[in-house]
Amino acid sequence: MNEPRALLNLNHLSKTYGSNRVLDNFDLTIFDGEFFTLLGPSGCGKTTVLRMIAGLEDTDTGSIQLDGQDIGQVPAEKRPINTVFQSYALFPHMTVFDNVAFGLRMSGVAKEEIAPRVTEALEMVRLGDFAERKPAQLSGGQQQRVAIARAVVNRPKLLLLDESLSALDYKLRQQMQIELKRLQRKLGITFVYVTHDQEEALSMSDRVVVMNKGKVQQLGTPREIYEQPANLFVAKFIGEINQLAGEIVEIDGNHEYEVKVEGLKWRLHAEHNFKVGDKVNVLLRPEDVRVEYIDDPHPDQYLVGTVVERNYKGKTLDSLIRLPSGIEVIASEFFDEDDPSFDYSLNQKVAIKWVPGWEVVLPHEV
Amino acid sequence: MKSSVGQFRFWAIGLASVWLTLFVFFPNLLVILTSFLTRDPQATVSLPINADSYVRTLDLLYLQVLWDSLRMSLLAMVFCLVVGYPFAMAIVSLPKRWQPVILFLVILPFWTNSLVRTYAIQFILGNQGIINKALLGLGLIDKPLQLLYTQFAVILGLCYILLPFMVLPLYSALEKLDVRLHHAAKDLGAGPLSRFWHITVPLTSPGIVAGCLMVLLPAMGMFYISDLLGGAKNLLLGNVIKTQFLHTRDWPFGSAFSVILIVLLGFMLWLYFRAARFVNKQGGLNGSDF
Repeated sequence: MNEPRALLNLNHLSKTYGSNRVLDNFDLTIFDGEFFTLLGPSGCGKTTVLRMIAGLEDTDTGSIQLDGQDIGQVPAEKRPINTVFQSYALFPHMTVFDNVAFGLRMSGVAKEEIAPRVTEALEMVRLGDFAERKPAQLSGGQQQRVAIARAVVNRPKLLLLDESLSALDYKLRQQMQIELKRLQRKLGITFVYVTHDQEEALSMSDRVVVMNKGKVQQLGTPREIYEQPANLFVAKFIGEINQLAGEIVEIDGNHEYEVKVEGLKWRLHAEHNFKVGDKVNVLLRPEDVRVEYIDDPHPDQYLVGTVVERNYKGKTLDSLIRLPSGIEVIASEFFDEDDPSFDYSLNQKVAIKWVPGWEVVLPHEV
Repeated sequence: MKSSVGQFRFWAIGLASVWLTLFVFFPNLLVILTSFLTRDPQATVSLPINADSYVRTLDLLYLQVLWDSLRMSLLAMVFCLVVGYPFAMAIVSLPKRWQPVILFLVILPFWTNSLVRTYAIQFILGNQGIINKALLGLGLIDKPLQLLYTQFAVILGLCYILLPFMVLPLYSALEKLDVRLHHAAKDLGAGPLSRFWHITVPLTSPGIVAGCLMVLLPAMGMFYISDLLGGAKNLLLGNVIKTQFLHTRDWPFGSAFSVILIVLLGFMLWLYFRAARFVNKQGGLNGSDF
């Protein structure tokens, strides 16, 4: 891999609607050719960022640079950026062909070049036979693909996708996720994707920025964000997580700590710098929790809990286990065909442990 | 519950049907019948049945009137469109809570009789009117301009009376226009003019056609406008019809002109419905608008 080249720089973007600060000193760099996702709950400012990049929204303060050039004052129609809108916003009075050709005609592409390019774009989204249809005659998924073709046919430097799959049903969405990813690899265009769906963000993106209340919470690869959440918000927003209260009792140096959790002392690794006596949260993904029969011999220390709920999920068995402190821990385990003693009964006492190092230790937040 | 709704429907539709039959269908039938009868000084009309009245309308004099009134009405229509479209766009761009207020102001003049309002125009345009007095007072002219009793005065009067009929359908079409389509067009490189021409105009074309018809159709018959503002020369088709019925007492001839006007207007309505169907077929955003 070559050193990634910065394509888009957002510097100190801020935006306030009335008394509502939608974006707060927002900085971001997007690299050339990557699939980048803005992820966050609704109202976190992600769509505002996208619309600012497109030029459909003014910035209060801050600058936007594309390829090193400030485009803050360039109107939307002059930016080499195209958008796939959440509502698709296809022109209802035009055929699919005319919809896709619109951008080319507006930028004055030679007439004889338009038809082949439109046809190519439509074939790319597998709608070659639908050129003469009107948008109203297409299904939701087909309209979605027209919207994509209409954007990519212009060969933009940046393709923005605003919750583009959210209107589709689950199966179609999964299929479109794969198609989008494939399209992005084939075209080599930088995609900036906005979604509130963390699964979608993890499965499609090269890098993700998690946003909340107009601020960056964490920026990283899907794996970094899932496995090393920077704060409690990210940890909880990205998938399910168990939260155990702890306290630093000893510092072993080099980010190794003795942490008291549920009355036991554990040797844990943490990226943060803690002092003795600091309150911390020890976070564990449900799939990292190990549940074992208490009668088996245990070389390591473990927590004891009571099974209070069992949920059969098909692929996994999710157990809810109550610890003596009252905290409930979710454990998600894959079925093991070879293990006859996999199942637990309600109210059974079990041993809980986890693979050392898979936990995340964060400062205590309320 | 269901039967009471059914009963309401029966009476509502029934009453409207009776009303339309009594006051629209039969009178028009009578007009058509009359147009094929012969003028009779004693009994107003009498047999035999013939098409003489229609033949007489082909007279160059009347064709000239037809052409003149069509031209004046078309000019009034174009003027209303040119003024009404930006006006309707301006209303739509206002905050939502102000729009009904402005629309109310547009409709407000209807509360005054249009005949009275036309007299008011007379006072403004006349030789002793406000405009001439002001210009004379300012020393810009030394004798009054002939504003009243001109074609210009008739067109102005038509525009003044009919402008709301243009603004209202345009407003309702523009109001329905999805702003997201504008954003999409902008995103795809369309400047303000291109967006207007490729998005706004085609998507509001039903409103444009409706507004034009609602100006053009009544304009042809508004005899009191040309009576009060146009003098003897600038006649509308409505003047001819009125004269035949009230002054010349040639009912068959007047009826023939009425039928011609109805056919003309019917043809335009047919064009409108064709245009409206053409646009509706093209569906809306996400296909859910229609």
